[in-house]
Amino acid sequence: MHFKANASAKLADVVLQGNLKNAKGKFVTKRAEAIKDLDDFEGTRDAAVAIRNKVIDNLDLWLERFEQKALDTGAQVLWAKDGAEVCRLVTEIAKRHGVKKVTKSKSMLSEEAGLNQALEAAGIQPVETDLGEYILQVDNNEPPSHIIAPAVHKSLSDVADLFHKVHGTPRKTEIPALTREAREVLRGHFLSAEMGLSGGNFLVAETGSVALVTNEGNGRMVTTMPKVHVVITGIEKVIPTLEDLSTLMRILPRSATGQSISNYFSILTGVKRPEEHDGPEHLYFVLVDSGRADVVGGDFHAMLRCIRCGACMNHCPVYQTIGGHAYGWVYPGPMGSVLTPLYAGIENSIDLPHAATLCNQCGIVCPVKIPLPDLLRKLREKQTERGLRPLTERIGLRLWAWVAQRPTLYALGASLGARYLKWLAGESNRIRLLPTAPEWTLGRDFPAPQGKTFRELYAARRNATPRA
Amino acid sequence: MAKVRVGLFVTCLVDLMRPRIGFATLKLLETAGCDVVVPEAQTCCGQPAWNSGDAPGAVALAKKTIAEFEGFDYVVTPSGSCGDHIRSEYPALLAAEPDWRDRATALASRTYELTDFLVTVLKVDSVPGDHEGSITYHDSCSGLRSMGIKDQPRALLAKMNGVELREMNGCEECCGFGGTFSVKFGEVSAAIAERKCDNVLASGAQAVVGGDLGCLLNIEGKLRRMGNETTQVLHVAEVLAGRV
Repeated sequence: MHFKANASAKLADVVLQGNLKNAKGKFVTKRAEAIKDLDDFEGTRDAAVAIRNKVIDNLDLWLERFEQKALDTGAQVLWAKDGAEVCRLVTEIAKRHGVKKVTKSKSMLSEEAGLNQALEAAGIQPVETDLGEYILQVDNNEPPSHIIAPAVHKSLSDVADLFHKVHGTPRKTEIPALTREAREVLRGHFLSAEMGLSGGNFLVAETGSVALVTNEGNGRMVTTMPKVHVVITGIEKVIPTLEDLSTLMRILPRSATGQSISNYFSILTGVKRPEEHDGPEHLYFVLVDSGRADVVGGDFHAMLRCIRCGACMNHCPVYQTIGGHAYGWVYPGPMGSVLTPLYAGIENSIDLPHAATLCNQCGIVCPVKIPLPDLLRKLREKQTERGLRPLTERIGLRLWAWVAQRPTLYALGASLGARYLKWLAGESNRIRLLPTAPEWTLGRDFPAPQGKTFRELYAARRNATPRA
Repeated sequence: MAKVRVGLFVTCLVDLMRPRIGFATLKLLETAGCDVVVPEAQTCCGQPAWNSGDAPGAVALAKKTIAEFEGFDYVVTPSGSCGDHIRSEYPALLAAEPDWRDRATALASRTYELTDFLVTVLKVDSVPGDHEGSITYHDSCSGLRSMGIKDQPRALLAKMNGVELREMNGCEECCGFGGTFSVKFGEVSAAIAERKCDNVLASGAQAVVGGDLGCLLNIEGKLRRMGNETTQVLHVAEVLAGRV
């Protein structure tokens, strides 16, 4: 995961930069308007934090309650410790039911697990039915760049070219025509798939239900038409009651897309009952750990509150500038820069905790008040403790802190530094290449200092006009 | 009434790069009737160490700063970033040592960013500066989101007859500086700065003004690289204080 090299490439990608500029304002403006419409956003936010804390502080208890209720509804509950186990369990379920084709509603956990590749390897065809995910799947399985808008890095024109190429149809330039084309392709898959696979926005412990927030209706097709429905979700997604669900639903769509409610909102409970006309005959929950249990009770506990709205990345100056792919794994933006080190290994993501200006816009907009900058800072500390940062950086920082504790030495260093920078700037009054920090001058100048330090000038002034 | 004794925390960046911001701060505080002391041994608040994951270095510098500044009625600094580090982070940094934590908490409660101090504590009704021209104000992140610095600088600038405020789009968005971020990810940092500079230029203001030198160096450096030679980049203290 080479964030820095990825970021450079993304900055140089003219098409992507144009697409990012177009996308930038939309989420931010819509969220701001939606929040304003809510009578008591801060109060709702506090209630949401309380609900999420209640669960993650006693996660085992709530998971057991959920499991019992889910079993009572006729569902089966399976536990996966990692992505490989998710792939194994889902493949086994598919084989048990003779499944050849799986329609999928959006699931980030399936991305975490690399499930599509595993299904294909087992001879089972996965079909993404969320429009964004579908676009990416037919574009050589490109990974998503955003957790709720996976193809946000693509423009209308990109999609028009793509559909023309992969569907072999005349190139269309209107969004309704393109979505209609995707629907026509997907309809056949909805009718022929033997198994549907979805994520889960929340698991409701009191009823054993899964709640799904979608905008395209594909989620309903996936979860009700095939005879088998598999829900894959992280163990932290459980919440106690339907009342809690209604509280969280007041802030999730508003924070995510700026909608007061998503176009579709489903609460799915149990298998099809004799008197019912649709729904799956077999319902499986695959509840996934993949690093989550290790986060419980530790320095990063608050991260488990996350409800995957994407507001942090939508508002992040770094994400807005480079897009999601540069982050290198499933989750981008500030939440991703915390989750990736936690779930994929702190040593495998050296750059990510540093890939933030700590501007705290993410912390301000997070509907469950996760202190993302504090968590990023904590990860930096862990990296330093484990000696994972580059040696020159570690020595430089320690040396600087050592000198800063010695005022006389520090004053001398600052004085020499100010003169050196002034000399470097020369008459142009700016430095075009800063030898001590060349990164700075890659894309901007470094302004010249005045030449003497404040402490020198202040001492001189005091000597000239001694005070009484 | 006894004069308010203020310890001026100059900040390492102002000391190194722009001493006149320190003198402007001094002038503003003295004009408002404060007895200002500049502790000579001060260096850096330790924020770079803290944000880089060097907790021991950050703790050592926090203790040093507390010892130097706890004797004053107030600590004032021309930076929302350093001010916020002292106010918000020191007590947390020293949580494991109750004596130091209490000293940190006490210092935090008396630490102010300059414009906040002038407006909230001193309630000044005039400022000495005579700046003329249009300005646009960049709200720096820590000051804005952690210390609530938004209206204070604008209230002070509004007292200046020659100053016309032209708000830019996205004035609350990060400029891309981010301390060590600016030298670890120079290209990304400069790209974020470019968006800020585009907004500055679109405002049509003659000067961009802010309360944190780190952001201002970033914005000035980017403006000049973009070929803009005319837009002034000034610290709010310089504008408010006038000639020092």
